[in-house]
Amino acid sequence: MFYSLNVNTEMSSEGTIITVKNLVKKFGNFTANDNLSFDVYRGEIFGFLGANGAGKTTAMKILCGLSAPTSGEVSVAGFDIYTQSELIKRNIGYMSQKFSLYEDLTVYENMRFYAGIYGMKRKDIKSKAEAMLLNLGILDYKDKLVAEIPLGWKQKIAFSISIFHEPKIVFLDEPTGGVDPLTRRQFWSMIYDAAHRGITVFVTTHYMDEAEYCDRVSIMVDGRIAALDTPIELKKQFDVSTMGDVFLKLAR
Amino acid sequence: MFSINIQNLSKSYGDVQALKNVSLSIEHGELFGLIGPDGAGKTSLLRILATMLLPTSGTADLEDCDVVTDYKKIRKMIGYMPGRFSLYTDLTVEENLQFFATVYGSTIEENYHIIKDIYSQIEPFKDRPAGKLSGGMKQKLALCCSLIHLPKVLILDEPTTGVDVVSRAELWEMLKNVKNHGITIIVSTPYMDEASLCDRVALIQDGEFMSIDTPQAIVDNFEFKIFEVRTANMHKLMADLGEITFVESVHLFGQYVHVTFKNNDVKSDKLNSVLLDKKHSEIEIREIKPNIEDCFIHLMSTQK
Repeated sequence: MFYSLNVNTEMSSEGTIITVKNLVKKFGNFTANDNLSFDVYRGEIFGFLGANGAGKTTAMKILCGLSAPTSGEVSVAGFDIYTQSELIKRNIGYMSQKFSLYEDLTVYENMRFYAGIYGMKRKDIKSKAEAMLLNLGILDYKDKLVAEIPLGWKQKIAFSISIFHEPKIVFLDEPTGGVDPLTRRQFWSMIYDAAHRGITVFVTTHYMDEAEYCDRVSIMVDGRIAALDTPIELKKQFDVSTMGDVFLKLAR
Repeated sequence: MFSINIQNLSKSYGDVQALKNVSLSIEHGELFGLIGPDGAGKTSLLRILATMLLPTSGTADLEDCDVVTDYKKIRKMIGYMPGRFSLYTDLTVEENLQFFATVYGSTIEENYHIIKDIYSQIEPFKDRPAGKLSGGMKQKLALCCSLIHLPKVLILDEPTTGVDVVSRAELWEMLKNVKNHGITIIVSTPYMDEASLCDRVALIQDGEFMSIDTPQAIVDNFEFKIFEVRTANMHKLMADLGEITFVESVHLFGQYVHVTFKNNDVKSDKLNSVLLDKKHSEIEIREIKPNIEDCFIHLMSTQK
């Protein structure tokens, strides 16, 4: 359920799972990421916010090892982005609202497929999959096609699969878009559980109430990080009562 | 007469009932919001109104024209903006606008007044291919293209989905201006907080309207007292609240938990003392006004 981390902002570098120093990414003359520097701490829920086109997706692709920076230093889960991107991919999970599960495979087939890609053993996959579905209370969905499952459940299953191989970090790209308000809250309970177990959560969202659930939030504007702090400190700093207002003040 | 009149409308896809016997009347010049999550039936309803989908049963009229028999008339008097960007990406901004004006037998000059406020913001880029615009600018162009023939009814399917807070605020500003021209607007959104920007809303879930009213009336009709609660240990708070017998519902809302009691006579002091017994510190309990999302969640759990 809900888990509030009391973030220690003076954590030592040992508690850092993502380090970004002077990251620059250019496409031709266009600078998508303009000298980003930030750390993400082990086990925290890190909100990565920004206006459309601010450079979030570009930065996230780099952190996932899918795109190389133009310059700067980036380390994810202890691995260097330039030389060890394959190791990074093995140690992270990823889920987005746009693409998550194969509709024409069953729930279990999806699990076996993803877990197999991450090198899990067939025997382990079977026992863990059943335990997971039992825990969610949906063991009867195991052999159903994903296409036949209610939408809210798809998102929750997709999230469970993204952390099935016990990654060090999970990247969630707008995971709750269009989901009903009850499911959205259940989804965040699952995120808290994952963080509680030590999985670092890196999440983007357009729901400003969800920004409040994060331990720390960064807000990107025009390729730079315009603010980074706990939601409470950000609201204090900008003298407003909601994260939505913080966002509007920065991005407008 | 109404601008839009929907009576006992149903739509099925095989075994799936997307719309279950819904009825709704919308006044001329009203800004009406269709609010609900993905899969609730919003797009099916809007596509029926736009004459792009046939209902399974029931009727729907726009400006006294039936969506099935008078579809040709309706198409001339509506503007429709689908959820997915659907302009010609290889035509320039101006060419797209020209195209839509011409298709409807109009010209940009004739109706420029209606799009002036919006178009002036993208006019500096009028020679740029539409595919190369930013998300916010694409949306402004799409809105211009759906307005250039001066429709009587504007149908917008989730114009703010996946859009950042700044662009969302801008879009609602634009809709207010469109409304001032007397155009009826029906707009769908999954964002509950946008309800307050509409004259009236329908809360839709599983193909049914749970409530149709002004956003204020929906909030006023919420029958329970609602409290926002926070303590030093929110994880423990959620677990503890779930075990208290006089607590009806517990939901996370930003940095607070929203709590209702089974009986409205219960005082917040009672909760405070229980939480003290359970060793909570820094306890904050405040009675608040419910928001649309509180109402939506409540209706979802009571109507199921």
